[in-house]
Amino acid sequence: MKINLKRFTGITFPRGVHPKYNKELSVEKAVEILPTPAKILVPLLQNIGAMSVPVVKSKQEIVYGEKIADGKGYISASIHSPVSGIVQKPTVTTLPNGRHVPVLPIKTNENHIEGNELWDLIYGGDWLKKLKVNFTSEGITEKIYNAGIVGLGGAAFPSHVKIAFNYKNTVDTFLVNGCECEPYLTTDYRLMVESPESIVAGSLLAGKTLNTNKIYICIEDNKPEAIKAIEAAAKETPVKVVVLKTKYPQGSERHLVRAVTNRIIPLGGIPVDVDVAVNNVSTVSAVAGAVLRGNPLTHRIVTVTGRGIKNPKNIMVPIGTQYKDVIEYCGGLTDDAVRVVSGGPMMGFAFTDFDMPITKGTSGITVFTKKDIKARKETACIKCGRCVDVCPMRLVPAKLAQAVRHRDIELAQKYNILACMESGCCGYICPAGIPLVQLIRMGKAMIVSDKKNKEKIDS
Amino acid sequence: MDNTENKKSKLVVSHSPHVISLSLSTRIMMTDVMIALLPVISMAYYVFGWLAIKQILISAGTCLVSEFIFVGMRKKSLTLTDFSALITGVILGLSLPAPAPWYIAVVASVTAIGLGKVIFGGLGMNIFNPAMVGRAFVMIAFASVMAASGYIDKSMSIDVMTMATPLNAFKQSGILTSCSDLIFGSINGSPGEVSGIACILGGVYLCLRKTVSWQIPAGVIFSVLILGYLAQISGIQTGWTVLHQIFSGSLLFGAFFIATDPVTSPLTPKGKFIFGAGVGILIIIIRLFSGYPEGVMFAVLLMNSLTPLINRWVKHRTMGEL
Repeated sequence: MKINLKRFTGITFPRGVHPKYNKELSVEKAVEILPTPAKILVPLLQNIGAMSVPVVKSKQEIVYGEKIADGKGYISASIHSPVSGIVQKPTVTTLPNGRHVPVLPIKTNENHIEGNELWDLIYGGDWLKKLKVNFTSEGITEKIYNAGIVGLGGAAFPSHVKIAFNYKNTVDTFLVNGCECEPYLTTDYRLMVESPESIVAGSLLAGKTLNTNKIYICIEDNKPEAIKAIEAAAKETPVKVVVLKTKYPQGSERHLVRAVTNRIIPLGGIPVDVDVAVNNVSTVSAVAGAVLRGNPLTHRIVTVTGRGIKNPKNIMVPIGTQYKDVIEYCGGLTDDAVRVVSGGPMMGFAFTDFDMPITKGTSGITVFTKKDIKARKETACIKCGRCVDVCPMRLVPAKLAQAVRHRDIELAQKYNILACMESGCCGYICPAGIPLVQLIRMGKAMIVSDKKNKEKIDS
Repeated sequence: MDNTENKKSKLVVSHSPHVISLSLSTRIMMTDVMIALLPVISMAYYVFGWLAIKQILISAGTCLVSEFIFVGMRKKSLTLTDFSALITGVILGLSLPAPAPWYIAVVASVTAIGLGKVIFGGLGMNIFNPAMVGRAFVMIAFASVMAASGYIDKSMSIDVMTMATPLNAFKQSGILTSCSDLIFGSINGSPGEVSGIACILGGVYLCLRKTVSWQIPAGVIFSVLILGYLAQISGIQTGWTVLHQIFSGSLLFGAFFIATDPVTSPLTPKGKFIFGAGVGILIIIIRLFSGYPEGVMFAVLLMNSLTPLINRWVKHRTMGEL
């Protein structure tokens, strides 16, 4: 018998933290389909890169799946209507992350697909049999572009850029990220359990595009059901499942690449620099939908969870649904709810305006009660170095915070402040309750405004 | 709808992360140090009886009172509840000779908190380990009480106190103390340093709890092992082996409880190891070549002053940085 040492140590990256995951609140809740709301707000900027340009006019009648905005330039994505209805006058809204973006409101009519029919269209049914058809690499990339797919893990980077064959910069390993290391959220988990075939099919298609057979679906070991489901679906394919140790932030691109392939992405670089491509499980599932069924990206699954919401659920919603509709569907907030966060507790953004819309990158809504959020009074930094011990990027957060406090941008840059991915590990562990992440964000903002000022003076 | 509005008014917006680790806070870390000191204090009581406890109580009490007065003078909010002054007091009490008169502990404590800590801006801002500042002050100001003979009190009924401390006995008359005495603590010395095994017990607990960084004691012991072995084979001190170096004097107490003060040691793991190694090297140099039998206090204070330089010079390479 062969003893696998990795079994005991587990595949993972160095550093990081072990927050309370609290996934049990929504982990057993099968995905429900939100009844189409009366009105949705579709933001025109839902991806990293350039804003999309609307191609519909006010009062124009549109149907499900119709393109309503076109990508502008290479790093941009088109947007499709998730409902049938009438376009209203464009307005501006503020997303939870603080960006002001123009939105197209759409008043829905009766002609929409709903319930199980919608599920079958997007996630259900058989996927792998259709793979026999021959696709070309360019054909797949074009279909991804036309479907307006962006990374659904949260960063929302346009997928046609990542899933494209580039003879100058080839890829030898394709990682599908099913780690979902953010506490509370169960979006990717539910998808892996309920529609594993679409993920495997999408992985194979993306692998084909990138011209690699080394396709690994990476799942943390706290999701045994998902591992089983994906392994069963991938049985007769070259797709392999990699089981990783549960640790935050395992789902970060850099750290996943480090854990699985032992390669380190250079500072400021991207996975392709070390011949790896990484995509989220939801993204590859959308790729399968786009290529095999011609589905544009119109819906996504969000987890609505936390002890501050009456009925935690996983829901499939049209992109552009306002938060209030989703929260209402889950029974509303409890009386002791004190903070509503778009995303999870480690990297999510708190907000109070429930009229805001859900975008392609929204993976969940977490509502905290006073009991969950135990703020600590800030005390002096005792330079214990725990932030250094946990920082997944190997930064020195205490030093960065100190530099930012003294507005010493040069020192902060010397300590690579821009490499910070704002995982929140340092703020989570700090025994003195210092708002390290906030200070580092402030420093980054200071660098950006400094640069702008310099450009102004130069010109 | 009114109800929703009411609920919304209670919502607060804040930055991420929205959850924090509750297993760690400055106070919990200090409490951990107290727990780790329990075996050391028990051994001190076992060897010296109430004399040691009296010393600890006087210095801990004076430290708390000084902190109260000095912080009050600076009109800052009180920091007594973070227990850091208490820890300074207990460590100081454990490092003074048991028979030393009460005013030694008082002067040392006032100096520790006043000159060692508050004058720099309080917890987190001090450059030197406060307890060692206090001890260094009385060691020079009250040289006769704190020198080798200060440990010996022939009038006491406690046996060990009629003997010289092991390092002294060796330095002055070449008398070897057996290693087992050093390990279990049936020797004379400062109350905190007598038992090697008690220090290791508490120190390992602190390292496992990650309250202190293991790199510092590892650095100290590593460098003492190497230099101690070199000293042993070079024959500078006949009979004094590397094990004697490790278990004698306050080396282990210093490595686990004094050098590991987070405020006055470097931030990064590599820096911490270098700091520890530096402490170890200085201890051996002082022991071998200076007039003092023991050098932990001066070694720690010297390395404290180098901490900002170590922080600056030791490169902590960001992930992916070339």
